[in-house]
Parts: sequence; structure tokens; C-alpha cells
Amino acid sequence: MKTDSGVWRPRADLEVCPTTEPTWLRYGLILIAVGFLGLFVVMPLIAVFAQALEKGWGVYWAAVTEPDALSAIRLTLLATGIAVPLNLVFGLAAAWAIARFQFRGKNVLITLIDLPFAVSPVIAGLIYVLMFGAQGWFGPWLGRHDIKIIFAVPGIVLATVFVTFPFVARELIPLMQAQGTEEEEAALVLGAGGWQIFWRVTLPNIKWSLLYGVILCAARAMGEFGAVSVVSGHIRGETNTMPLHVEILYNEYNFAAAFAVASLLALLALVTLGAKRLLEGKVRQDYADFAAKGVEG
Amino acid sequence: MSIEARHITKTFGSFTALRDVSLEVKEGELLALLGPSGSGKTTLLRIIAGLETPDAEPAGTVLFEGQDVTARHARERRVGFVFQHYALFRNMTVFENIAFGLRVRPRDQRPTEKVIRDRVRELIELIHLENMADRYSSQLSGGQRQRVALARALAIEPKVLLLDEPFGALDAKVRQGLRRWLRRLHDEVHVTSLLVTHDQDEALEVADRVVVMNQARIEQVGAPEDVFHHPASEFVMDFMGSVNLFHGRIESGKAVFGQLVLDHPNGGSADGQAARLFVRPYDLDIHTQRDGRPGLSARVERVQSAGPQVRVELVAETGEAVTVEMSHAQFRDSRVASGDSVYVSLRDARIFMEDYSI
Repeated sequence: MKTDSGVWRPRADLEVCPTTEPTWLRYGLILIAVGFLGLFVVMPLIAVFAQALEKGWGVYWAAVTEPDALSAIRLTLLATGIAVPLNLVFGLAAAWAIARFQFRGKNVLITLIDLPFAVSPVIAGLIYVLMFGAQGWFGPWLGRHDIKIIFAVPGIVLATVFVTFPFVARELIPLMQAQGTEEEEAALVLGAGGWQIFWRVTLPNIKWSLLYGVILCAARAMGEFGAVSVVSGHIRGETNTMPLHVEILYNEYNFAAAFAVASLLALLALVTLGAKRLLEGKVRQDYADFAAKGVEG
Repeated sequence: MSIEARHITKTFGSFTALRDVSLEVKEGELLALLGPSGSGKTTLLRIIAGLETPDAEPAGTVLFEGQDVTARHARERRVGFVFQHYALFRNMTVFENIAFGLRVRPRDQRPTEKVIRDRVRELIELIHLENMADRYSSQLSGGQRQRVALARALAIEPKVLLLDEPFGALDAKVRQGLRRWLRRLHDEVHVTSLLVTHDQDEALEVADRVVVMNQARIEQVGAPEDVFHHPASEFVMDFMGSVNLFHGRIESGKAVFGQLVLDHPNGGSADGQAARLFVRPYDLDIHTQRDGRPGLSARVERVQSAGPQVRVELVAETGEAVTVEMSHAQFRDSRVASGDSVYVSLRDARIFMEDYSI
């Protein structure tokens, strides 16, 4: 196609792909990736819903509304409802400190934030048993004051908080480091107070990353199994979260009910995935707006 | 309002950014703080704004109109600060950026919405961005952003305006336009201003007075002409534009730099003392033969005539590289070409003694 300047350029829709790999290799790779994904992700997901509805909607509905299931759902929501706000505050504070200040032990803090990712959740649970269990460090004292942490709701909340605390902080640290402190300094010189700076300048700049971190944090909090399993004691109707409830039902060969509750978790995961997908664009926007500031026009 | 900094010292760990620096900016003046990066000029500006605190020992003070504000928080100093990278609030429009300083005031001091709007409109007119009030900073060019940043700083009617390399991130053409605009603006608004820059042209063109800084100290303070024509030190001479440097020594009342022998102006220096000669490229003339003035023989290496001036690069008989600048008319008259052997004579030069310390 000829352009005004007389230079020949290929039309966009005819443009040849610049890759040099032969066709069979390209399609082969795509096939492997899609096949793998189908086999290990899509099929199990379909299986969960198929199994859950195997005996019809009636059984499904009964399984998710029976008292023990409802109690498990409530406990999961409670643990999530406590863990997420706590980790939101912790994540913000940690990211703020790391991105904005120079202090001794900063690298240690950064490393420690990653600890829950590195350590097996079972060990996280065991740590709390070791500390608060009947034979643990604080066990006798807690026993005397009749405070129950292990095999009770507080233990489950603690374990959940521990496993999920990196999520918000890890989202915010790189963003806040990249953004620097100039906008806050500008606000300060203009006479803004600490809270005004936080609400009007800092928070709007990190809101998408913050929300993204919160969603990942919530998803993990609801799905956590290992750490919670250790401290729960599996008391039906009292200390069972949804994942633990699924396990119990499964062990009792109550497959339809187990998959019914599992399907709820799977649905939650899908919603999280959708929200994550939507937010990823927005998070990129957080970074892009920042990058655009440096470019000259 | 006048600004004064007295005996400011600032260290960051083992690095000394400012060493006992004192500075005064007079009421209504535009003063430029000029120096290479790392010379401490930005640190001094940030200390005046209250964004950094000077070292407690030895104690320095910052005074606004004679009043000690060293302990006053940045929030309460009421200075306008313009950052090198604009630091506009990304999540706000141009209008809201400018209004920010008024909106965050405590309720009892906050102007009414109407007053805020009028004031912001006025400032938007001042920076000629009337149709862009609703844009976000990502939709503005660099020059426009810096104008918004300036309007935002002026919105709180600051007593002093501090500008940290305000044009440093802009391309040359935009920078020049904004520079002139800033000077005109200052002539209108007359707010005491302190401008940090590493660009000597910018400092000389814009400022009433120039303060040259180097390695945590002030080297010279003076009017642009003074600093340019009468540099107080080798550093200032070198920093104010390109120079030719010759090494030599004092011999029986004369300063000897290879072929160049000059009467030593302030005498008294001991024989054999090392000296350095600084000559601006435009203080040299090229002739085809000796003309009685001090000078040296050299060979023309390269002629660079694309530009406002012609640059002739030569190598002296004694091996030193010499650069001469002249107008195109002079160049045509001189009939110099690459490879010619010529005589370079000296119109003006500065001699600096090397330190006695060795």
C-alpha cells in the first residue's frame, strides 16, 4: 500500500508476525499450554461443580444450609473479616515505613514480611500451639484465666492473620517506593496535616494496589487450610472453617455435600480471579500515571 | 520578606552536604543558588523550607524577616515550593491542584468556596492555562505541569518562593521560554524567591544575585556580571563557562606558562610558586603572525563553524590543547583553516596561585 510519502508500508492487518519460529512450533507450544491448563485447572473445576450437583439442587441446597455448614461459613467470614482489616493496617504501616524511611533493620523487616510465604502453613499453626496450647509457653497462664486460644476461634483468627499478612504489604511496597515522597512533601509545604495528606494524596495514589492486595488477602484467608487445621481441633459447629468442613465431609464419604461446600469456595476463587483481572489494569494505571509524570511533552 | 540562613551544617551519615553555610536573600529579590550536583544547594533550599533539619551541633538557624523559624514545622512556614519533577497531585485536576493549599486550611481560616474559585481562576489565567483547568497532570506537557506547580505554590500567598531546579527536567527550548516567563512573573509578583539551578546560563539570566556553591560551601556571592567577569576562585571561573587552562609558575615577578609570559599583577608571590592561568575561549585572538601581545604559536586542528560562534581547536607548540571562539565575521577576516600554523594572542586572563598548603 502506498502512503502519501510514497513509502511502501504493509497494511496493519497483513503485517507479518516478526517471530521466526516455524508454525508447528508455535501451535505446539500453545497446545501444550492450553492442554496443561485444561487438564489441571479447568477439568477439576468442572468436576467440583459436577460432583456438587450430582444428586440435584435439593441435596446441594441442603448441604450448604445445614447448621454445621452455616457455622463453618460464618467462622470463615469472621476470620476473614478480622484478618483482612488487621493486615490492611499492618500492610500500610509496613509499606509506609519501608518506602518512606531509612532505618536499621529495614532489610530484616522486608525479609520477615515474606516469612509466611516461605514457611509451611502447618508450621505456622504449630507455632501457635507451641505458644498458646495447654503445654505451650503461655498455656498455664491462659488456663488459669480460663482463656481459650487453641482449639477455639481466637486461634483460627491468629493463624489466618499470620498466613495472610504479606499480601497487602507486598503489593504496596514496590509502588510506594516507586512513587517516592515528593507529592507528600508538596502537600506538607502547602499546609496539609498528616491525615489530610494521607486521605487526599497518599491513599488515592495507592488505592488500586491496596484493593488488589486486600482481595488476594481475603481469598487466601478464606481458603487457608493447613495452619487453621492445626489450631482448630475440628469441633463441628464451633471451630470448623469452610475448608475444614469440606475435609470432614469428604472423610465421611459424604461426597455430594463435600463438593457442594467446595463449590462455594471455588465460586469465591472465580470471583476473586475476576476482580483481580479487573484490578490489574487499574494497578498498572497507578504505575503508568506515575511514569507519565517524568516524561516531557 | 527576607530569608536568612546562619551557620547551617548538614550531614547525612558520613557525607557533609553543607559546611557552616550562611546566606541572605533580600526582600523581593530573586536569588539563584548555582552549583554542580552534590554541592549542597538543594539541601540548603530544603532546610529553608523545613523539609530537612540542619544539624543540631553546631547549631544553625533559619530566619524569616529576622524571626527564628528553625523550629517551625514546614507546614507552618508558609513557603511556596516548586519541585524539579513538579510533584503535582496525580489524582487531582489542574484546578484542584491549585486549590489544594486553600482547601486544607483549618476551617476557621479556610476561604469560602467562591473565594477559592476566584483565586484559582486568577492563577490559571496567570499561567495561561485557561482551557486546561479540568485536565489531569498526565494530560499536560512538562512545561505546563511546571506552570501549574508554580501556580499551586503561589495560591497560598507564600512569603517566600523556593524553586528546586524547576526547569531541570524540561527540554532546552521550553526551559528558555519558562525562564523568561518566571523573570517577568517575579517582576509582577515580587515575592522573595530562591532558585536552585546547576545551569549557569539560567542563573545569570534570571537572578538579581547569584550564589555559587561548591562542595558544601559558598564560593562567591554577587551580581551576575560580578560573578561572571570577576570570579573569586578557580572553581567559579571554571564553572561559569568553558576555559583554557595553563599550568606554570612565578619567576622573578613574571608569570610563566610555557610560551606565555605575563607581568604578574599582584606581585609579592614567592619565586617558583605554582600558578594556573585561566583564559576564556573568546578572550583569545588568532593572527597569522606575532603582534607583540603575549601569546603562543599553535596549529589549527579543527574548525567548528555550525553554531552562533565559530570554535577553533588548536594544539600549542608545547602540546596544550587550546580552544578559541570568535564571531563568524571575525573568522572570515582571519582566514584561518585547518592545519594552519598561527599565533594565538591573549586579550584577557585570570591567574590563580596554587594553594600554599603543599
